[in-house]
Amino acid sequence: MLIGKPSDLPSSAITSKDQYLNRRRFLRGAAAAGAAALGASRVADILSPRTAARAGTKLQTVKSPLTTTGEQLTSYDDITHYNNFYEFGVDKGDPVKNAGILPTRPWTVRVEGLVKQPKTFDIETLLKLRPLEDRIYRHRCVEAWSMVIPWVGYSLSEFIGQCEPLSKAKYVQFLSYYDKHVEKWTNESSIFWPYTEGLRMDEAMNPLALLTFGLYGEVLPNQDGAPVRIVVPWKYGFKSAKSIVAVRFLEKQPPTTWSQQNAQEYGFYSNVNPSVDHPRWSQKTERRIGQPFYAQRRMTLMFNGYADQVAGLYKGMDLRANY
Amino acid sequence: MNRTTLVLLKTLTWIACLAPVAWLVYGAVTNSLGPDPTAAITFATGLTTLRLLTLSLAITPLRQLFPRLSWLIKFRRLLGLFAFFYATLHLMTWVALYTAFDVNAMNSDIVKRRFITVGVLAWLLLFPLTATSTNWAIRKLGGKRWNRLHKLVYFAAVCSIVHYWWQVKTGVLTPLPMTVVLTVLLAARPVLAVWKRRRVAVAAA
Ligand code: HEM
Repeated sequence: MLIGKPSDLPSSAITSKDQYLNRRRFLRGAAAAGAAALGASRVADILSPRTAARAGTKLQTVKSPLTTTGEQLTSYDDITHYNNFYEFGVDKGDPVKNAGILPTRPWTVRVEGLVKQPKTFDIETLLKLRPLEDRIYRHRCVEAWSMVIPWVGYSLSEFIGQCEPLSKAKYVQFLSYYDKHVEKWTNESSIFWPYTEGLRMDEAMNPLALLTFGLYGEVLPNQDGAPVRIVVPWKYGFKSAKSIVAVRFLEKQPPTTWSQQNAQEYGFYSNVNPSVDHPRWSQKTERRIGQPFYAQRRMTLMFNGYADQVAGLYKGMDLRANY
Repeated sequence: MNRTTLVLLKTLTWIACLAPVAWLVYGAVTNSLGPDPTAAITFATGLTTLRLLTLSLAITPLRQLFPRLSWLIKFRRLLGLFAFFYATLHLMTWVALYTAFDVNAMNSDIVKRRFITVGVLAWLLLFPLTATSTNWAIRKLGGKRWNRLHKLVYFAAVCSIVHYWWQVKTGVLTPLPMTVVLTVLLAARPVLAVWKRRRVAVAAA
């Protein structure tokens, strides 16, 4: 229904990549010219900041049937300049300025816990494990804003297959990169580092859960979780751990960062659910990023619009109690 | 302070106080308020309210500490009124862009969301202060009663900062610097009162 072509939006509403790339090149040029004219390096920093050298490298991708259609994509600039990545500062504009320092090569992902054999995957191996797919997903933040993002990656289940978890493993935990000498902004919040998230095994095996390497057909910029991150489109954004360095298979539900921070406000499941409000604000509606102020507000969809694919995972569960 | 300087400073204060709304209007017209314009408007109006409230609360302690700055009193009403102006813009942002003028949504927000409840309380506390800001009202009420009424601004400031803390995600410390400044300004009042009483006592002895 939502995956598949809806009739109410012409495909021309979606900016094609070439169109978009041209526009971006133009904007960058204009920004650079403007900045030079103003002689303001800060302006240049904001409009076209330094990102790690790899960001922007093209990736070989294939089409996927699991892509969301009929939504206008959020611009590359907004996706890369409006980030929650508290290791690099709590302001939405901080990660683009600060995350350049994250060393994305060499990079390995440790596989630990209830597996046949602990292993370490090199990022280059991961990139070649399966064909990389273009997958457009809605992204809904717990703060009630949303985007539509063309990710690049393959189903997390493909990777989990390679990890050979034991049948005892009921949960999978992800750990993000943490080095306080690199991420000098971690004391802007009172979070316990490293950032960690987790999924129930059957959630992780759902084909929509994406092991993600890219964005708009290119390598992820650091602020979006380079070089590899998780994307779980039917859950609030914070469930999608960035820049992961370890994957652990466990029998018991792992602690997760935001739930440790405030268990009443952030549960383990954190499925997008318009009928269960955050204790302090409503989740019924959301603000679409990149729209003019009078056109941002829209209804939030159950499971972020992916109910057909994932509602079965929660059959018989009280979603109010398991928020 | 001579008249020219005063007029000049007042003009500058007006310009500074109008700059945030000018920036917002320009941004709204040119659609350049960034990725999340609604949040940008809420943030700019909310933060400006808080800053102006803080500045207006700084004037009394500054005058007491530095008698040479007593002319600052001429700016207090202006700052207070602009604080209310931005608080009202902020409130209207919520009415228009968060609840879409839906009265039921507003009611449920006010009842259910404690950060909205204290926000509205802050606005309601500022309202009578604005209404009694004219010279006529001061005369009508009499200085003493007017002063007592305007002590409400302390509660408005406390509500504002609590509103800010309740709005950010747990663990985010952005409201901290503002909280420290406001705490110092509020604590300065009893401290300075004691200090002044001592000085008077010493002078009398
Ligand atoms: C009168 C004193 C008030 C002050 C000083 C104040 C200040 C603030 C500040 C500093 C923020 C944080 C902005 C951010 O971090 O994004 C904020 C957010 C907010 N305030 Fe207020 N506020 C006041 C009253 C109100 C009132 C009366 C309402 C509406 C009933 C209100 C509704 C909101 C909303 C909806 C947000 C943003 C929530 C979000 O983005 O999710 N505030 N306010």
